Amino acid sequence: MAERFTIFTAVAAPYDPVNVDTDQIIPARFLKAPREQGYGAFLFHDVRERADFFLNHPVFGKAKILVANTNFGCGSSREGAAYAFHDAGFRSVIAPSFGDIFFSNCMKNGIVPVRLEEKTCTALREALKRAPGGEITVDLQANRVTTPIGELAFSVPAFFREMLLEGVDEIGLTLSMLPSIEAFEKDYAAATPWLTPLR
Amino acid sequence: MPRTLFQKIWDRHIVARRAGNVLLYVDRHLVHDGGFHARGQLAKRGLKVRRPQNTFGTPDHYVPTVSREPADAPTPEIRRMVEAYPASMKQHGIPHLLLGDERQGIVHIIGPELGITQPGMVLVCGDSHTSTHGALGALAFGIGQSENEHVLATQTLWQSPVKTLRIAIDGARPAGVTAKDVILAIIAKIGAGGAVGHVIEYAGSTVRAMSIEERLTLCNMSIEAGARAGMVAPDDTTFQYLQGRPFSPKNFDEAVKFWKTLLSDPDARFDAEVSLDAATLEPMVTWGTSPENALPISSIVPSAPQRALEYMGLQPGTRLDEITVDRVFIGSCTNSRIEDLRAAAKVAKGRKAKVPAMVVPGSGLVKKQAEAEGLDRVFREAGFEWRHAGCSMCVGMNGDLGRPQERIASTSNRNFEGRQGKGARTHLMSPAMAAAAAITGRLTDVRKL
Repeated sequence: MAERFTIFTAVAAPYDPVNVDTDQIIPARFLKAPREQGYGAFLFHDVRERADFFLNHPVFGKAKILVANTNFGCGSSREGAAYAFHDAGFRSVIAPSFGDIFFSNCMKNGIVPVRLEEKTCTALREALKRAPGGEITVDLQANRVTTPIGELAFSVPAFFREMLLEGVDEIGLTLSMLPSIEAFEKDYAAATPWLTPLR
Repeated sequence: MPRTLFQKIWDRHIVARRAGNVLLYVDRHLVHDGGFHARGQLAKRGLKVRRPQNTFGTPDHYVPTVSREPADAPTPEIRRMVEAYPASMKQHGIPHLLLGDERQGIVHIIGPELGITQPGMVLVCGDSHTSTHGALGALAFGIGQSENEHVLATQTLWQSPVKTLRIAIDGARPAGVTAKDVILAIIAKIGAGGAVGHVIEYAGSTVRAMSIEERLTLCNMSIEAGARAGMVAPDDTTFQYLQGRPFSPKNFDEAVKFWKTLLSDPDARFDAEVSLDAATLEPMVTWGTSPENALPISSIVPSAPQRALEYMGLQPGTRLDEITVDRVFIGSCTNSRIEDLRAAAKVAKGRKAKVPAMVVPGSGLVKKQAEAEGLDRVFREAGFEWRHAGCSMCVGMNGDLGRPQERIASTSNRNFEGRQGKGARTHLMSPAMAAAAAITGRLTDVRKL
């Protein structure tokens, strides 16, 4: 069941590295944990050991929005990366670009991945560093973010925006379209008679 | 209107459209032991797997490679993951292989090997290296657990439009330059985020001349350039590869007739194009903590962000071929097929490893073939460990892990911080280069050995 998202305001933290992979966001050894246990403590588990890491900062440590750099969340498809952000209270990550699978995993977990231009993200991170504690508002209804450097437009794919705004259960929606799927399957089987079932 | 290979496959799988997205039909859904969140959620909702006949399972991420016994898992938690898998498959009625079955192996090895992967299909799996299967002309991509659950429940997936990128690779590869070197060179060229939001089609004379196993290596690492998927148009090499495999079509000729239509139209437009001259390439190794940090073995460690160099324990200016390694891993969905093991064995034959080295075949069938060819003996005589099939030290989820600061020459796909164990330092390279590193105890140009 998708978690509803309309508008979210929180302190934002800057994080500069490019190509942050999901192995950094959550090391593989934690993926065995049942979800009920909560994944918040796994967020950046090993990276946190660096004293200068943002989660160890007195102000940024309270952030629930992250402003990151290009290709954020690349690599492994592990949805545990999105679970970890969610369970730690994060509801948005802002970056110039995201790993495709992480981007999708975020939206399935009530986290809005906001794509802004690279130079805007850089300026935003610098502004947050100059004045820690700055808040950002992510307004999905209006497709706008309000930041310490101004108000900016963003977009996520319209379909997923609709799912998030309404908190639609995607599986329920698709199952309501079962007649279309069955009709497709009938035509498809006729067009590809060589396909063998796997059992 | 002329269409690309990707568009042809995409178009014929569209079930419905809504708000700019399409509902895409999934021909094949591969599941492994890492996907327990999705199956647990499905059960919690009281939903069934809608099309078990389109679904296939094999355990790979958590399985021990020292034996086929769950009791040999290094921790009780890992053992629990190994033991939970068959019960989960049974509960959901999913056709699957068991640990101990000679056909078991890494999901991306067994899909092509058993003929489950075929041209023109949409194939998904809860693993980012699903891009591997595109080598056979399928649209194959990795998904998360929520999407995994959606496919189990509906056999479909909501997808946003994707862009296309053609990478044309031409020229004859010099001796010692493998498919792994080609893909590392591509990632170094376009960057780890160079193909985000795109599906890559690999084209050109170099790709046409590649075997299917080489194309699988090429497509496997598409995700390391950020691509949604990588693919190669099917040709006679593809059809010959698929002939006679267990799940290949019975009415094969009819299938081939359709498969032959699966190529980009001559005037099809791609959103982006890149070209690479294979004749200029050298064997590659990575020096940093992103796959884009790849250089020819004749290079030096470049000036780079302090963080990567510090983690890797390297100084700028050091010759790559003077970096000593502590151990060697030959395996993973990138490089554990029979051709990979033959290439590594050719280097190991008659020599002795200076550092611990392990060889983990990609599947039980690869292992059996290698043993029939005597490769296991070659490796053992050279002091390499010969293991059972699984993901093993590529991701370390089964406990095959490197120690902090341990430097590993690895044929896997990711040199991320902590990927092969907390603090472990990974250098990616081809199987022949990894075998050479085992023999000399340092990163080595295999052509000079």
